[in-house]
Amino acid sequence: MNAPIRRLGLVVAAMFCSLLVAATIIQFAQARSLDNKPGNRRTLLASYSKERGSILVGGNAVAYSSPTDDQLKWLRKYPQGPMYAAATGYYSFTYGSSAVEREYNDFLSGSSDKLFYRRLVDIVTGKSAQGASVQLTLNAKAQQAATNALKGQRGAIVALDPKTGAILAMATSPTYDPNLLASHDLNEVQSAFTRLSKDPAQPLLNRAINGNLYPPGSTFKIIDTAAALESGKYTPDSTLPGPASLRLPGTNSYLPNDFPGNCGPGDKVSLSRALTISCNTAYAQLGMDLGQDAVRSMATKFGFGRSLDIPMTVTPSVFPKDLGKAQLAQSAIGQFDVRATPMQIAMVSAAVANGGKEMSPYLVQSVRDKNLDVIQTTDPKTFSTPISSDTASQLNTMMQSVVSDGTGTGAAIPGIKVAGKTGTAEHGSGTNADVWFTGFAPADNPKVAVAVLVENGGTVGQEATGGLVAAPIAKQVMEAVIGK
Amino acid sequence: MSTVDEAPPKTRRNTELVLLIVAVAIVLIAYANVGLAIDDSLPVDLVTLGGGFAIVAFAFHLVLRWKAPYADPVLLPIVTLLNGLGLVMIHRIDLTPGGPNAAPKQLMWTAVGVIAAVALLFVVPDHRRLRRYTFIFGLAGFVLLLTPLLPLIGKNINGSRVWIGLGGFSFQPSEIAKILITIFFASYLVQTRDALSLVGRRVLGLPLPRARDMGPIMIAWLASLGVLVFESDLGTSLLFFGLFVGMLYVATERRSWIIIGIGLFLAGSYLAYLLFAHFQERVSLWFDPFQPGKSDQIAKGLMGMAAGGMFGTGLGQGHPELTYFANSDFIIPSFGEELGLVGLFAILVLYGLIVERGLRAGIACRDGFGKLLATGLAFSIALQVFVVVGGVTRVIPLTGLTTPFLSAGGSSLLANWVIVALLLRISNQARQPSDPERPERLSTDDTQVVKIR
Repeated sequence: MNAPIRRLGLVVAAMFCSLLVAATIIQFAQARSLDNKPGNRRTLLASYSKERGSILVGGNAVAYSSPTDDQLKWLRKYPQGPMYAAATGYYSFTYGSSAVEREYNDFLSGSSDKLFYRRLVDIVTGKSAQGASVQLTLNAKAQQAATNALKGQRGAIVALDPKTGAILAMATSPTYDPNLLASHDLNEVQSAFTRLSKDPAQPLLNRAINGNLYPPGSTFKIIDTAAALESGKYTPDSTLPGPASLRLPGTNSYLPNDFPGNCGPGDKVSLSRALTISCNTAYAQLGMDLGQDAVRSMATKFGFGRSLDIPMTVTPSVFPKDLGKAQLAQSAIGQFDVRATPMQIAMVSAAVANGGKEMSPYLVQSVRDKNLDVIQTTDPKTFSTPISSDTASQLNTMMQSVVSDGTGTGAAIPGIKVAGKTGTAEHGSGTNADVWFTGFAPADNPKVAVAVLVENGGTVGQEATGGLVAAPIAKQVMEAVIGK
Repeated sequence: MSTVDEAPPKTRRNTELVLLIVAVAIVLIAYANVGLAIDDSLPVDLVTLGGGFAIVAFAFHLVLRWKAPYADPVLLPIVTLLNGLGLVMIHRIDLTPGGPNAAPKQLMWTAVGVIAAVALLFVVPDHRRLRRYTFIFGLAGFVLLLTPLLPLIGKNINGSRVWIGLGGFSFQPSEIAKILITIFFASYLVQTRDALSLVGRRVLGLPLPRARDMGPIMIAWLASLGVLVFESDLGTSLLFFGLFVGMLYVATERRSWIIIGIGLFLAGSYLAYLLFAHFQERVSLWFDPFQPGKSDQIAKGLMGMAAGGMFGTGLGQGHPELTYFANSDFIIPSFGEELGLVGLFAILVLYGLIVERGLRAGIACRDGFGKLLATGLAFSIALQVFVVVGGVTRVIPLTGLTTPFLSAGGSSLLANWVIVALLLRISNQARQPSDPERPERLSTDDTQVVKIR
């Protein structure tokens, strides 16, 4: 019987080997992917067990972790409440995280491979591990101005540094207080989250980059103008037809101007003047003359339909396909199915301001470990070069006249040249228009480009236009950056 | 039959003492470690509890010196270490907020197990005496196996009807049945091995035994299927059938038994798979443990083991309590998490050593019954470890079985101590120098005639 006992021994050895192999696969080969499984409570608990890095704006933490006595050890705090919620996002035990808290979690939690060497040092020296801090590009004053300006209204504001793409302000309204979701009272967190996610005003949505896209209205005329100038067939002085209303081809309906009457004597208007006074009929005709391919191609160069991470993903803006003539005429003035994010519109202004070079927007300036050594910095990157510098400078001049003697006078800053474009977008009957302003300042040496969107005319309501409601907000934000 | 070498055998009891000191020291350090990690202080009962544990272990050692001086010197230290580590982990899980209170009970059962093992060494001076009760053991074993099906005392816990309850006291009879049936198998097979291996005809190149010799095998198969079907206990079923096939192979040296046995088991399993939804669920979770809306117990165990990584979080510093049954069926993931892959390997190697020592006792044993019994007991431990660890590491579908010596559970602990006592008894017999003045009157197997009835 000894030979079969020995053979049985081999069977047992094989059985144990399979267990050893399986354990190795789980605890070594697959360990990382298992750790990162969504809903892995151990990873979550581990992330609470050490000090999470701060999120900084200027020299101040807008999100930091403070020690507590309960099981979760560290409580995430947002001292400014809702003001930076759109950028930092929330950090919740139950509901995970969002925005920078989520996108930079590896650094904030200290688990990034780039921190490996430093972690090793911590283990050897016996220091407690700590996450890296993330420095945002936001400008505290601009963010404050944008937040204040949107109070009581629904809308969003984006301010960019046109030369680098750094995001100087990103506000959305209504918003939420991330402290509510970071609380360790999990019942309280649950009721807060349920309330926020059921709120019809959608406070959890970042209107600047996600969710609801908006018809850009007349701000889209910047892109028409760019397409016209780039085609070589037009100059700012080219004459366009500018009647009081334009019959849409193939239909019996008419497309009117936003103001009564025609755009110029003899129903004629120059391209430059048409932009200044936001002449709908002239741009509808211009769009049809350029053709949908030319307009769409220019929109795409500016970023429509293209994905973008700032590091949060920006919903691509839309310029519709297969347009009929009448639809093209409406699309050319930013109506019909054209949809854009405030981020996209701000990027258009920033590209004009930066001599035609559109920079990729970014929200995180640098990452530093706890010894303040820089681990990673964001270098400005060109996103696209939609227009030549000549076109850009012509557009710059034209947009200045919008603010100096057109629809955008509300954005004028005394002593500083401001360029811009208003937009008043109808979106269905029975609701008030969404109003826009986008622009940049100082026009001769741009430091800030903005886009302001206020939904449904904001507090002004039916009478609202981009010039009346959005332009003064843009002015406040630009002033905050320039330091006036 | 082979015999051990003729060099004057040593008792090796001193080796055992040294190993036992190491084992007890490791357990005490682990216990202190848990206290330091969770409460930042040494456990107040380190001296009393630890001392008690050491006394129990060393008392067993003394009994061996007296009653089985030639017993294998490695078994007791390994079992002491595993039992102790299990106690430490159960105690550690008790300490989590809202945790159970299982450690005192486990400690009591440890004592009961050791007492039972010691008693067995006294009551059974020679394992061959057990042959006298072959059929009583067999009957008792199968009855015990089926008792959970009885009304009133049968209890359904966690979806498996493998428990009996008597006045607030629950017991898993299959653990004891396992030993009784192993003794029965060993004794029965020694009697019929020649008939089974020599008589019969070849079908499709496989030598098939006669129908009458097939009878008990079919009964074993039906009994294990019955356990599977009526008690929903795939683990026990697999354990019994695997054990029987393994012993049959060792007894007859015929591979056809393995093929027949595996074929029967696969057929039974497939039938059960077709018939029972909970079985299909187990299999589907085996392939993908991360299915939303389904049981996440394997998934949680896997995430626990992954959190441990190579070296583990350290005792008391992980979160084994997040896994269900963290101190019983899933105690292996708890060790994987806190002791890491390294610790898990060590534990598996300890089990491997027990099995290897058991098989070695089987090889060295002079009588056929002892050979088969030692092999069967060792193989049952191997199978049980494979079924339970393989279940949580996704080698096979998850089934409910206890991890020998580690899991919280009185019946399992008691049964495994008894198994170790039997192995010690057989190894003592195997290594003992045969006394020339006193011929072994019980050893009649060598001259047994071929019985074909």
